[in-house]
Amino acid sequence: MLSESSSFLKGMMLGSIFCALITMLGHIRIGHGDRRHQHKHHHLQAPNKEDILKISQDERMELSKSFRVYCIILVKPKDVSLWAAVRETWTKHCDKAEFFSSENVKVFESINMETDDMWLMMRKAYKYAFDKYRDQYNWFFLARPTMFAIMENLKYFLLKKDPSQPFYLGHTIKSGDLEYVSVEGGIVLSIESMKRLNSLLGIPEKCPEQGGMIWKISEDKQLAVCLKYAGVFAENAEDSEGKDVFNTKSVGLFIKEAMSNHPNLVVEGCCSDMAVTFNGLTPNQMHVMMYGVYRLRAFGHIFHDALVFLPPNGSDN
Amino acid sequence: MSEIHFREMASKSWLNFLTFLCGSAIGFVLCSQLFSILLGEQGDTQPDILHNDPHARHADDNGQNHLEGQMNFNADSSQHKDENTDIAENLYQKVKILCWVMTGPQNLEKKAKHVKATWAQRCNKVLFMSSEEDKDFPAVGLKTREGRDQLYWKTIKAFQYVHDHYLEDADWFMKADDDTYVILENLRWLLSKYNPEEPIYFGRRFKPYVKQGYMSGGAGYVLSKEALKRFVDAFKTDKCTHSSSIEDLALGRCMEIINVEAGDSRDTIGKETFHPFVPEHHLIRGYLPRTFWYWNYNYYPPVEECSIQTHVKSNFYYYSSII
Repeated sequence: MLSESSSFLKGMMLGSIFCALITMLGHIRIGHGDRRHQHKHHHLQAPNKEDILKISQDERMELSKSFRVYCIILVKPKDVSLWAAVRETWTKHCDKAEFFSSENVKVFESINMETDDMWLMMRKAYKYAFDKYRDQYNWFFLARPTMFAIMENLKYFLLKKDPSQPFYLGHTIKSGDLEYVSVEGGIVLSIESMKRLNSLLGIPEKCPEQGGMIWKISEDKQLAVCLKYAGVFAENAEDSEGKDVFNTKSVGLFIKEAMSNHPNLVVEGCCSDMAVTFNGLTPNQMHVMMYGVYRLRAFGHIFHDALVFLPPNGSDN
Repeated sequence: MSEIHFREMASKSWLNFLTFLCGSAIGFVLCSQLFSILLGEQGDTQPDILHNDPHARHADDNGQNHLEGQMNFNADSSQHKDENTDIAENLYQKVKILCWVMTGPQNLEKKAKHVKATWAQRCNKVLFMSSEEDKDFPAVGLKTREGRDQLYWKTIKAFQYVHDHYLEDADWFMKADDDTYVILENLRWLLSKYNPEEPIYFGRRFKPYVKQGYMSGGAGYVLSKEALKRFVDAFKTDKCTHSSSIEDLALGRCMEIINVEAGDSRDTIGKETFHPFVPEHHLIRGYLPRTFWYWNYNYYPPVEECSIQTHVKSNFYYYSSII
């Protein structure tokens, strides 16, 4: 009996050591990042109202028209009800929105990526978008169908940012040495970042199709690694008060957490007034958000926005 | 003898080997689980699809919504940076609304507290009506029992209390439930066109049973000062009766008897501004089945609900505490 238990224990130990070794090896392969990379947190702020007002009226008009945002939404057949909601609501405010799905779905038009793997879908979508639309759009926004995005706030945020610079923004998370933009909050790439990304997509050493050795690495991390090779770093988007503008949670969840964490400041502490994305919504909630954000108004409250972004022609929202 | 011994030894070492393999497999699996937790690979969020039952309780209706301590939504101080509220503030002075919220002892912490922390702050005066008094909340004790059958009785006593203590403090008197959300500014805009000395009341108008229609209890309703006076008087002079379990219908009948007009609360494009259900039910086309009683009750013909509206006052009933 004793010899059995001791061999069992020996086996367990060997198994764990073996497993740990493999994980370490896998990690070393990923962490092969830029040695020069400064260990800094990158934050990016929204423009100040005063800065906007300094620009002349005509320039402001020109500015508001100069933004062309192309929306990439990665969907799978199981997301069909979310897809329907998203199609009918906020994506109508993108200058162009296209749905990239893992397989052909009869109900809705989409671009078939012919793969189930999220990272492969993302690569193909970015390549497709760049090849086809590089001359027509200067910002590329990638989202999931569980997200609600307010394009006008996105454009306002990008107002003073030059798309010929490599921007890669959203809600960032730090994982060891890697700072990446979480796909759960939406990923924004400028045309310059798209250019650099696409030049690397063909190089398997820098931008492999299968990232991790044993453990599958999420697509947003893979994207970050790829972009890092091109010298594009993730930046966390914040408003003038330091609140995140891209959110990986829904309003309901934020409020729930606020009520238990800091009940004195539920709304104040919750979310930015100029939030761009929320995630984790149900299809019904999309419609409610659409109504709440764009239509419902409290009489007598007038908002003096320095700039207006109109939805593209033909959208009925 | 040695052969048997040898076989015994062989089987023992075979067993040992097996347990060794077992151990290593289990060790490997445990370790992998540990690492995957540490590395935190996120799974896909799978949101729940709401079922098409307007009366269904939402999933968040468990005890977690109890608020500890004072909750401050900063409803007044946290104004949007670019906001001009002069018109709203002007109306606040001109159209005075007293809100009373129908609640009960078991809902004070669960629901009424949220109302108190949010929209109720925009009433000129707010009162919480419960069967028992609660000095800390504070809630008025109507000295009734609780229950759906007590609703009309509570309503009568609540209006009476308001009449006896606060008649001169407001022009309009609104009844809401503790799961209703009211946008006061829009209500003021609606009422600003009417004279509170006229006998009139507003809400979501339903057509059956009462000739001029009656107002849905769930969506909330608001009485003019004159209407309130007549209502309270009607019970003193026995023009209206106390016994009814259907609060909104009974009130509607009484209003007709005492010649209080059922007003039209629709906006300038003919869309309803009082809503008896949560926004989803009204916003999503086809959510409420065509056979649902609601479609036959509406006094006015349905216009595409909640499409493009700028001035909408909404009373959303059946709301769970967390939006």
